[in-house]
Amino acid sequence: MAYDKFSKITSPAVPLPVENVDTDQIIPARYLKAVERKGFGDNLFRDWRYNKDGTPKTDFPLNNSSYSGKVLVAGKNFGSGSSREHAIWALYDYGFRVVVSSFFADIFRNNALNNGLLPVIVSPEFLEKIFQEIEKNPAAQFEANLENQTFTILKTGESETFEINPYKKHCLKNGLDDIDYLVALKEEITAFEEGK
Amino acid sequence: MEANTLFDKIWDAHAVKQVEGGPAVLYIDRHLIHEVTSPVAFLGLKTRGLKVFRPDQTTATPDHNVPTENQHLTIMDELSRHQVDMLKRNCEEHNIKYHDLQSDGHGIVHIIGPELGLTQPGLTIVCGDSHTSTHGAFGAIAFGIGTSEVEMVLASQCIMQPKPKKMRITVNGELKKGVTAKDIALYIISQISTSGGTGHFIEYAGQAITSLSMEGRMTLCNLSIESGARGGMIAPDETTINYVKGRQYAPKGADWEKAVSAWKELKSDEEAVFDTEYTFDAADIEPMITYGTNPGMGIGITQNIPKVNGMSGSDKSTFLKSLQYMGYTEGDSMIGKQVDYVFVGSCTNGRIEDFRAFAGFVKGKEKAPGVTAWLVPGSQKVEKQIRNEGLDKILEAAGFQLRQPGCSACLAMNEDKIPDGKYAVSTSNRNFEGRQGPGARTMLASPLTAAAAAITGTITDPRDMM
Ligand code: SF4
Repeated sequence: MAYDKFSKITSPAVPLPVENVDTDQIIPARYLKAVERKGFGDNLFRDWRYNKDGTPKTDFPLNNSSYSGKVLVAGKNFGSGSSREHAIWALYDYGFRVVVSSFFADIFRNNALNNGLLPVIVSPEFLEKIFQEIEKNPAAQFEANLENQTFTILKTGESETFEINPYKKHCLKNGLDDIDYLVALKEEITAFEEGK
Repeated sequence: MEANTLFDKIWDAHAVKQVEGGPAVLYIDRHLIHEVTSPVAFLGLKTRGLKVFRPDQTTATPDHNVPTENQHLTIMDELSRHQVDMLKRNCEEHNIKYHDLQSDGHGIVHIIGPELGLTQPGLTIVCGDSHTSTHGAFGAIAFGIGTSEVEMVLASQCIMQPKPKKMRITVNGELKKGVTAKDIALYIISQISTSGGTGHFIEYAGQAITSLSMEGRMTLCNLSIESGARGGMIAPDETTINYVKGRQYAPKGADWEKAVSAWKELKSDEEAVFDTEYTFDAADIEPMITYGTNPGMGIGITQNIPKVNGMSGSDKSTFLKSLQYMGYTEGDSMIGKQVDYVFVGSCTNGRIEDFRAFAGFVKGKEKAPGVTAWLVPGSQKVEKQIRNEGLDKILEAAGFQLRQPGCSACLAMNEDKIPDGKYAVSTSNRNFEGRQGPGARTMLASPLTAAAAAITGTITDPRDMM
């Protein structure tokens, strides 16, 4: 699927200081019934965000109007559980372009990179600092810079570099995906099949 | 020659090429699809004007949101019906083999793959469901993928994957009475945690593993993903070969002989080096039960819920949040805790041996009046076999009824939802908050422990009743 080209994002961040946030929390299975990639943002964190009668839970960060922005900062082991890409679509559709954590589940990370959502892995200490910064000032600005592979707390200038596979970086920067690449490779794939 | 692991051998044989500074282009032999994670992939193909590259290497079945009663009727839930219809239409349009509800090949994707003989040693197998790791039991590289990757496989029969690290988990010795493959898996996850396997592909080895039946191996490999690993595998042996033999899509005649001799070579070289190794002793494992909201929060059934003392920071808050959701207290015993629902099924424990174990246990006993039990065979074939073996009669006499095949309460996308606040002992694979329905409280366990709970209405050590 086409997504926006990614270069640099400067934005305040929404904190979610919970560990092991699994994909069933990001988007519960009962909201996976669509056949198009639209509208999943409404059900992002559905059961944490809304009471059973549909009213918003006031203590959940997404319902706290002092938080906003394109960056979600979450506790370690974010995105464990199912391979549902709907989790990424929901985050993206809601407006997030970056998720910061000290640890991501493998499939989640792969899925994110395939859909224009940048997973930024920082050290546990730096993650703590980011949370503290948001606590001090919910409007604090952060910068995710794909080219330099850095995530920066703009107020203090503190920064950490993050890892990203060069190929994936290239794809994200140009809004390309693997399918374009693979389709162009068909002859090689056919030759491989013949040699098997 | 360089010593290689089983994983390396299969991976290298399927790497079409290595992208410089990037992932490998990995060739996929078998692709399984279902109604939930495929529609957007087909839509993507259409948008790009692409055809399915190798339609005969993909097999489809609806399982995630199908009802488990009255499957001969139209699906009531409109959205579910639409997804199932879409799958069928997409398969027709692209010439993909589709196993419809009620047909002989219908069932949960990870159950029908092995049953049909699609799952074989040495293959690469993917599906848009994380428990694709199940197929690793045959000595295949099998793992779950996202919808973008489903589209890649449809478009090119390949995906782009970085090569994971390799882990070996050896379980030595013999399992004790009442201890099953499910207990080994929950034990391992409780020891290495739900992120212990991240970045790795696991190979299971040791006497306790090689003595498992094919079905037990599938249960174990199924749960590999719950340790964070990409997948798990077991080297093929006689048990594997005997299982595959004669199945619909298994090689036949001279091809069979050739395949078998190739499969016999599929094992890690003795000097092969793994990035990470763990060794456990089967004698330390007892029937397991989870008390919290991830599969790593498991304990031996006779043990007490851990105490918060000694935990710190975020570990502590995660633990307390979990106990609060479950309505449990630190340090409490699990034995004797109330059970409202029992679910036997899913690609973890929905095969014939699981129902044999359950039926064997409840034979001549009676279901506790307060318990609602959902027994959901993993496939049509499992259901038929249950009836052929007369297990349905045993179950009925004890107060249980069978439902029809599907994922059911494993992820509660259909009507089978555990009500808010109720306690369920489940043979499935995830006890996340709300996984089995909003507010549902899940305890993962083996079919034997589920049977003991269904009879007594409380968490009970199955060994006390065997
Ligand atoms: S039974 Fe559960 S884990 Fe298995 S395929 Fe269905 S939803 Fe996925």
